[in-house]
Amino acid sequence: MEQQNIAELKKIARIIRKHVIEMVYEAKSGHPGGSLSITDILTVLYFREMNIDPADPNNPERDRLIMSKGHASPGLYATLAVKGFFPEDLLTGFRKINSKLEGHVHRGIPGVEASTGSLGQGLGIGVGMCLAGRLDNRDYKVFVILGDGEIEEGNIWESLMAGNKYRLSNLIAILDRNEIQLDGFTRDIMPMPDLSERFRSFGWNVLEIDGHNYEEIISSIETAKKHKDGPTIIIANTVKGKGVSYMEHNPKYHGAPPASQEEYERAIADLSGDLQ
Amino acid sequence: MNKTESLREAYGEKIREIGQRNRDVVVMDADLSSSTKTAIFGKEFPERFFNMGISEQSMITAAAGLALSGKKVFASTFAVFLTRTYEQLRQSVCYNNLDVKLVVTHAGLTVGEDGATHQIVEDVGIMSGLPNMKVIVPVDSIETRSVLDFLVEKTKTPYYVRLTREKFPVLNQPDYMYKPGKSVTFKDGSDITIFGMGVMVSYALDAAKELKNRGIDARVVNMSSIKPVDRYEIVKAARETGRIVTVEEHSIFNGLGSRVAEVTSEEYPVPVFRVGMQDTFGKSGKSWELFDYFHIGVNDIVRTSEQCFREEKRYENIS
Ligand SMILES: Cc1ncc(C[n+]2csc(CCOP(=O)(O)OP(=O)(O)O)c2C)c(N)n1
Repeated sequence: MEQQNIAELKKIARIIRKHVIEMVYEAKSGHPGGSLSITDILTVLYFREMNIDPADPNNPERDRLIMSKGHASPGLYATLAVKGFFPEDLLTGFRKINSKLEGHVHRGIPGVEASTGSLGQGLGIGVGMCLAGRLDNRDYKVFVILGDGEIEEGNIWESLMAGNKYRLSNLIAILDRNEIQLDGFTRDIMPMPDLSERFRSFGWNVLEIDGHNYEEIISSIETAKKHKDGPTIIIANTVKGKGVSYMEHNPKYHGAPPASQEEYERAIADLSGDLQ
Repeated sequence: MNKTESLREAYGEKIREIGQRNRDVVVMDADLSSSTKTAIFGKEFPERFFNMGISEQSMITAAAGLALSGKKVFASTFAVFLTRTYEQLRQSVCYNNLDVKLVVTHAGLTVGEDGATHQIVEDVGIMSGLPNMKVIVPVDSIETRSVLDFLVEKTKTPYYVRLTREKFPVLNQPDYMYKPGKSVTFKDGSDITIFGMGVMVSYALDAAKELKNRGIDARVVNMSSIKPVDRYEIVKAARETGRIVTVEEHSIFNGLGSRVAEVTSEEYPVPVFRVGMQDTFGKSGKSWELFDYFHIGVNDIVRTSEQCFREEKRYENIS
């Protein structure tokens, strides 16, 4: 039963990844790498773990997700479309003048909770949403997707302090630890050893998983939801560009689409083989 | 059609060249060096290049520390992300009046597809408001290089230099030399003056051609110095042409249009019509499509100039 569910989720993730490739190829710009690294996690959240209903996107009890690394818009937009928040055929308008699908995550789009694109701000937004939920006696969860380059922003660490101070158990941050940022590898640009220790010392519950292993993604989110003593951060070890052979671990595809029709076709072919 | 060249590539190459002759020059970036082109300097002088990570505030405060210790600092990121360091710039850089040059790229609408989050059209206003800060918007690659020579050889105080993502038409002659606080008249004219900032100068030149067909002789002036601004040339234009239009890839608030209107209202009041972003965010699209979308394209300059010249619609909304 569980294995069957996971197989279903993997199929959905495939569809989302193909959309990501089509969107950035069609737009001739955009960020595939950090969209593909977070796809499996988005799939589990939107198709299994989050309390959301595309037919009722403003329900005050709904769970919220903030894509703090707002350049991963292709990943989020494709997930929302496949989930049914808006028609999938709108996705090819991405980054075009006559479309609502802004280059960076934009709140005018159904299912999007907050506009993002300048890094470091989403965790604070999540803190505010959790504080409001507490005031309103609502039990919704707030998920915040962070990049591992993004957490170099001081604003993140300020928000981590606030999350701890207010013991926000409804706040669940997920760190997309793909080890690549814009200029190259995170270890070269801003080394951050002992990440889990750092978060723990800031008072957060820390879980660490393989961000492409569905059992681990599911169980970590379920553990985080049950945690009642302060905020949780899930460090998800991921592969930037996951699923497209030549994009994997390659800083070049942080913000660049397939460079040619041939590369585009290779990406689609990579995403069409057998699912392991 | 003029050839086009990238201003940020001109910056990267030029700062590398400057680095060879000036050992005090250090360059900083915040994980955008491949886009701002400071990586070109970083490759040749790794010991004098500091990639501070995605930590703009840390970059600017460290820039202040380097400058307080005798270094000549060039700090770069996208224009929009520098603005989160406004208060660090105010306290640590400008109040201390330090030799820190903020050379930012990807300003304005011409960042294109990245969309509203990245298309900052408020930066010139923000930076102009800071005491001790001076603001330059180079019109092309040639002026970019010349401005950098000027900054290194002649200045020891904070400067904001606004560069862009797109390649822009090359308008200056190769031997052009930037003179601080001076504008450059690219086309003389007697009926109206169009003051342009950045890439809008080349749009203004195209508009001037069309205006000529319509019987209006427009002067076109490159106002690369926004602060200090060329008061003399503004007053001269007001006296000689009696009508002024400003065009900028920036908000009509606190940018070129505001500067010019301040000067005319103090010294020689004439109608000043502003072509620019009308108190709005941008959106994703191709740069040049966006100019028409937001009514700052050639046709809009022509239309506004005609209105200004005939002084119709003086008290109506211009956009
Ligand atoms: C405040 C801010 N500074 C710089 C940027 C430019 N930028 C966009 S993405 C990026 C790298 C992000 O790396 P990471 O957070 O690891 O994202 P991922 O690898 O998951 O895509 C940078 C520097 C930005 N968007 N916001």
